[in-house]
Formats: sequence, C-alpha cells, structure tokens
Amino acid sequence: MPRYLTMIRIDENNAPEGGPSPELQERMGALLEEITRAGVMLDTAGLRPTSEGTRVTWDKGELSTTDGPFTETKEVIGGYSICQAKNMAEAVEWTKRFLKTHEDYWTITAEVREIEG
Amino acid sequence: MAVSHPPEHPRQAIETVFRMESPRIIAGVTRIVRDVGIAEELAQDALVAALEQWPAQGVPDNPGAWLMATARNRAVDLVRRRERYARKLAEVGRDLETAPAHAGPLEPPDPDAIDDDLLRLVFIACHPVLSTEARVALTLRLLGGLSTAEIARAMLAPEPTVAQRIVRAKRTLAARAVAFEVPYGPDRDARLGSVLEVIYLIFNEGYAATAGDDLVRPALCEDALRLARVLAALMPEESEAHGLAALLELQASRTAARTGPAGEPVLLKDQSRAHWNQMLVRRGFAALARAQATAPSPAGALGPYALQAAIAACHAHAHSYEETDWQQIAALYGLLAARAPSPVVELNRAVAVAMAQGTEAGLVLVDALTAEPVLKDYHLLPSVRGDLLERLGRADEAHAEFERAASLARNERERELLLARAADCWAGSGRGARPAESAS
Repeated sequence: MPRYLTMIRIDENNAPEGGPSPELQERMGALLEEITRAGVMLDTAGLRPTSEGTRVTWDKGELSTTDGPFTETKEVIGGYSICQAKNMAEAVEWTKRFLKTHEDYWTITAEVREIEG
Repeated sequence: MAVSHPPEHPRQAIETVFRMESPRIIAGVTRIVRDVGIAEELAQDALVAALEQWPAQGVPDNPGAWLMATARNRAVDLVRRRERYARKLAEVGRDLETAPAHAGPLEPPDPDAIDDDLLRLVFIACHPVLSTEARVALTLRLLGGLSTAEIARAMLAPEPTVAQRIVRAKRTLAARAVAFEVPYGPDRDARLGSVLEVIYLIFNEGYAATAGDDLVRPALCEDALRLARVLAALMPEESEAHGLAALLELQASRTAARTGPAGEPVLLKDQSRAHWNQMLVRRGFAALARAQATAPSPAGALGPYALQAAIAACHAHAHSYEETDWQQIAALYGLLAARAPSPVVELNRAVAVAMAQGTEAGLVLVDALTAEPVLKDYHLLPSVRGDLLERLGRADEAHAEFERAASLARNERERELLLARAADCWAGSGRGARPAESAS
C-alpha cells in the first residue's frame, strides 16, 4: 500500500493573526486521532516559521546558505503528514477532511504526492 | 501542467469514501441487526443510495456520517418490520434503546460507540467457529474493505472460491448465532489469540511468499499492518496487540532490503541497513514500548508477539550485522521458547546461541532438532546445520546439508542460493561465515 506525503502550503504573510483558533485545534486534533486510529497516519507535524529556517544551496560547486524568512515565496510548507493509503483517492479524501477542519477565512493548499518505493 | 479537477468526481469519491467508512458502517449496523451478512448488505444499500443522490445533490459535508445514518435507518426499519412479524414489539423497544433510532443525516458519529462496534466486528470476523481461511477472508472483507476480487488476487485463490468462503462464513456466524461482543473472562485470551493470529497470517501471506504475484502481495502486508494498528488503537491496554503491531512495523521496515535487483532473497546479514525504513523502525520501537508498558505483571512478562518484536528491535538497533547484540537475542529466544515452545523457535534460538556462545553450542541445539518430525521437510534446518558445519570447517558435511536444504526449498530463488553455497563448500573455498538465517 503506497505512502503519501502531504505538504500543507500556507501564505506565511497572510496567515490569520494568532494562528489556529482553539476550536480549529480541537477539530484538527480529533481528526488526526481518527486518521491514526484508522491505521493510516504514519507521521505528521507542523513546521516552525521560515524565519527560523535556513536554505543550503549547492550551485556549480559552490555551497551557500541563506537564512529565512523566505519572503520571495508566497507559499511555504507549514506542515506535512505521511500516510499509508490504498490509493491517491483515499489520500486525497483524508486531506480534504483535514482542510475542512479550517474556518472559511483560511487559504491553504495541500499537495499530495506518492512516495516512491 | 496543473489541471484543475471539477468540483467533485462523484462516483470515485463515493467509492473511496465507502471503502474508508465501510468497516465502521458494517460494525454500527451489525449492532442493530446482529448479523454481519445483513449488515454488509445494508451498508451496500447505503452505497447505492449515495450513488443515486450525491451526483445530483453533491457530496455531503460529512459523507461518513451520511452513509452511517442511511444504513442505520434502514437497519432500524428492517428490525421493526422483522419484529412486527414476530410480534415482539416490547423486545424491540428494549433493543432499540441501545441503538440511537432514526439518526438525522448530520448527527455527528460518537467515536467511542464506533470503536466498540469495530472491536466487536473484529472478534466476529476472527471467530474460532470459522475455518482459518474463512477468518482471513472475512477480516479482509469486513475490516480491510477489500473486494472479493482483491482478496482472491492477494490469496492466490480463484474468485468464486473466495466468494463462497465469505458467504459460507457469514452463514455459519448467523446459524451459530455468534454473539456480537468482545469476550471477557477466561474466553478472552483464546479469542484475542485468534484475532492476532489472523492478522499475522495475513501479513505472512504477503511477507514470506517470494513466489506468486509479487506486485500484489506486499499490499497484503500493508493491509495486515493497518489492521494491526487499528487493533492496537482499539485495545490500548492489550500488550500483545501492541506487540503484534510492533513486530509488523519492524518486519515491514526491512521490505525494501529483503530482495535484490533480480528479486532474489537477501539474507539479513547482507541487507543494506540504509534501506530499512527508519520511520517504520521508530514506529516499531514506540509500539514495543507500549507493549512493555501494558504487559501484565510481573513486569517484563511479554507475550510471544512482543518477544518477537523485541528480537526484531535488537536487529534494528544494531548499526551492522556484526554489532548485533546476540546475547540479548539468545536470551529473548529463551523466553520465547519458554512462553510459546515450538521447533521453529528452537531452531532460531540455536542460531542466536551459535552467534552468542559459539558455533559448537549452536550445533548441539540444532542436532537435537534433527529428529523433530515437524522439521522433517523444513529446508531451514539443514540450511542452518550446513552453515554451522561450514563455520566449523566441516566442508563435506556442510555440502551435504546445503544440498539437502536445496532439495527441500520450495522457492526457486532460495534453492539457487543454497546450491551456490553447497558448491562453495565443495570447492572448499570457504566464503566465510554466512548467516544461518532465513532471509528475513
């Protein structure tokens, strides 16, 4: 059964002030519990803001590092999950349920990719 | 190029949601109708209703709850009709008190009630009144959400055979009026043993078979792994449920390393540990820790699955084959042999003892097993014996053992490996100590 990486992309600059509401956190917690109990969830976490991140680049034999925030990108990966699902349709269905826990004022994109091998 | 999907692709969405939700729907409806066969039909009716209504009305916000409510309403209607005929209305009233009658489509499902029902369904599907094959098929069907065709492909059995097996199993459960309950008291351990065994069998069916359609069978391992995770979540206080989950996570972590480029088995010693899936290893460790934390007192009284998981964890902890803690593994096999004695466990213990205490010590244990009738045609016995003899420099005897092992091996890949090792002994080239283990 294939594994899927879901990357949650948010616009860091336009994310709601104060982060997720307590209600959202509760709904999300309940759903994550359900996905885990269904044996589907392998791993999930949110990521610290890009202001605390660093990019390391290898370019024409040169290493360089750039500290965040990465303001040039509107969409940054704010969290991820790795699930074991029957197929892409099931992985997408769980992802939809995850996104639906958010209030209407959120704009989030989840990218679901199958993990090779 | 990004392609934007239409808002909903109803048929695929419905079938996906149905597959995800069907175990819980069947479990919830079985509570009302007390018959898994009828419950499955009612769940199918709900699917048909969804296929009729969702394309026109859109997929509801909570499709699982919608399907559950629809199936449950039909179940309640059915019970009412049935009971009217039987004029047992008073009884119905009592029965229905435990089941929420006519739930509205948007009523949020009660997670605890669903969990209880699912667990009862697990115990019904794995009921000892059924044959082992029937238990496996029914579990995959009712709890794994697999179609009959998928089960048939996975079990390398003709589809009509599997369909018959499932029909007969459901009939048997109904005829014997098997109770929809989680057993308590002295019955419990035996029944739980059957549940764990079924999941382990499903896993091994996919894991041990290097023959057959190897594209389909790894999926069977994953189905079993998912069932084991579900069971551990449903029985958080049951040490062996965690033990089985830990064992399967750890075994599954090695899947990518177990076969070479040409599909040949790779022995544990030769496996690239870089190809062991570290996330599954970590999940295995975590599940093992839960098995230890929930083990009955005296502390450390682990059951057979948790002990096997502990052995697998020893391998996973070692950075290389040479760094493996064989003392610990030999000790764990000793506990396992005391807890669940079997000649195969004893053979594995001999391998660990040979590594921990020296080849001679291991050979003594293996020699004691040569008269064991159960191992008469078991190719790993001469294979292990050949390996130990080779290490002791007894090349002629080792050669004979490898030849014998090759003649007993049913898998072509393994046979090739054993013949190659026999040839090595004959040449006296001594390729060095090879592990005396199966490619696990």
